[in-house]
Amino acid sequence: MTVAMETKPSTKDTALPLVRGLETPFRRIVSEFCESRTAVAGFIIFVTILGAAVSAPWISPTDPYDLQTVDILDNRMPPGSQSMTGVVYVLGTDGMGRDMLSAILHGVRISIFVGVVSGVIALLVGMAMGLLAAFYGGVIDTLIMRLVDLKLGFPAILIAMLLLAVLGKGVDKIILALVIVQWANYARVVRATALVERNKEYVEASRCLALSDLSVVFRHILPNCMPPLIVVGTVQVAYAIALEATLSFLGLGLPTTEPSLGLLIANGFEYLLSGKYWISIFPGVALMITIVSINLMGDRLRDVLNPRLQR
Amino acid sequence: MTIYVVRRLLQSVVVLFVITLLVFLSVNVIGNPVDILIDPECDQACRALAMRNFGLDRPLHEQYVVFVWNALHGDLGDSFISKVPAVNLILERLPASLELTICALLLALVIGIPSGMWAGLKPDATSAKLIMGFSTLGFSVPGFWIALIMIIIFAVELGWLPSSGRGETVEALGFKFSFLTPNGLYHLILPAATLSLYHMALITRLVRAGVRETIFLDFIKFAYAKGLSRQRVLFIHLLKNILIPVVTVLGLEFGGLLAYAVVTETVFAWPGMGKLLLESINVLDRPVIVAYVMLIVVIFITINLVVDILYSLLDPRVRLSGASK
Repeated sequence: MTVAMETKPSTKDTALPLVRGLETPFRRIVSEFCESRTAVAGFIIFVTILGAAVSAPWISPTDPYDLQTVDILDNRMPPGSQSMTGVVYVLGTDGMGRDMLSAILHGVRISIFVGVVSGVIALLVGMAMGLLAAFYGGVIDTLIMRLVDLKLGFPAILIAMLLLAVLGKGVDKIILALVIVQWANYARVVRATALVERNKEYVEASRCLALSDLSVVFRHILPNCMPPLIVVGTVQVAYAIALEATLSFLGLGLPTTEPSLGLLIANGFEYLLSGKYWISIFPGVALMITIVSINLMGDRLRDVLNPRLQR
Repeated sequence: MTIYVVRRLLQSVVVLFVITLLVFLSVNVIGNPVDILIDPECDQACRALAMRNFGLDRPLHEQYVVFVWNALHGDLGDSFISKVPAVNLILERLPASLELTICALLLALVIGIPSGMWAGLKPDATSAKLIMGFSTLGFSVPGFWIALIMIIIFAVELGWLPSSGRGETVEALGFKFSFLTPNGLYHLILPAATLSLYHMALITRLVRAGVRETIFLDFIKFAYAKGLSRQRVLFIHLLKNILIPVVTVLGLEFGGLLAYAVVTETVFAWPGMGKLLLESINVLDRPVIVAYVMLIVVIFITINLVVDILYSLLDPRVRLSGASK
């Protein structure tokens, strides 16, 4: 991996407040981020979806998994139709008579949970591995990077499918599979950034202060590796959500008791050819909006934080 | 050059060995397939007999040695379900998958390169922005959902194209192909288009980035200064330089395309090996899963090798840096 040797704006950042008054690096990033209208739109949409996902149990019209309120006679009703008890199914019902809107709200909740949790764990694992490789070099570096190359040489979906075939179904299992699939991407980025940072004067200075390795790595090198990590993190969360949906659609990810968006789409697949489009389409639209909104933010963050690495 | 090739070849063998070990270990952790295969009424003795018949009673390392030995002889075991050699089962399905994958790749190239060049040459035009918008979508929206949308639009609503199966096939060179009959071609359009979208987006972005970087370089100015026509500069001088990364990425992504075909084949009921893999995972048919993975790995490693060697031929800088080590 080649890394352009341009200097990090760490010295510039500290100089900025003197020049522009109250401006901090964080404020600069926020204001630059807001310059792009699509990025702000993506942010607003994502926050809305996140809010809906977190509050799904309270805002959804019905509880789609409470068997007492689900009426099988209401199955496959088109959007906007009314049940016998007077509930309006805004997005229709699925094959079991469940309200699609409620099912989607709960599905988004599971999808985002799996995507974010696996992303964060993979980030931590990849960060630790990348820092280890960069800081110690030598055999450790070679070992870790060979592992990363091996992992990145094969398509994620194939590895995830085989892992899930071994592990079985479950939220914890799909998170584990997604972590195994993703950690290498983070490790590579962290290592490349940390290698550049390691040779800078501030690291030498902190070593001269007789700080421990841990302190140098985590308090001095790591903060300077954050910008590219944030960008990769955004992209990877979107990717994890898409991959989880794909695996669940194939019947390999989550159990039917915890239907994510992918599973909802799979449930509707059998009704698709008979023209009952809403059972598959609406969860799919929710999935698409979620992923695209995250990617819009990611695109802008990449420009703003200007990491020297590409995917 | 020879040293370079030999070194790459050795590397490939090591990777192949590591993968067989990983695959064998992980697949053998999957629940005991005997439980699915034998009669539930079966007693302990009959169960032990079944285990012995499948060679599952021996220690893991012995099983591994047997596995590698047989694999070297082209035998990856019989399918637990259909009792046919797993390799045959996979190879039978290979032409269908290859047909789909290659069509998708060609489609991605034929549409991706021109739209990428257009977007790179006129980055501010509305059409270029539209192209990039589409590529963002193609990049981020999961393939299976695109497949469903395609089915709804073209198969259910418009009724133009069929949504499942291969249609009529014709035998050529001992394999069955669909693209040689009009009906088969009809069946091929939707799955190939769906599978190609991601890579179409990828190629569009690569070519666009390449054009944006290369267009200001001196050799382009020089070509114009020589009085060459715009077409010649763009399609010969510029394109040649852009295609190097495209070739690399394509080579690397071909295996990915084969793997993602699992999704496309499942949605469109395309009888390829991806569909077979999914069916085998659901019934824990170990030999078929292993055979699939081994085949994909061999394809992967071969492609990587060929791409690296081609690359060193196309771009002397790679060869030189390899030789200096």
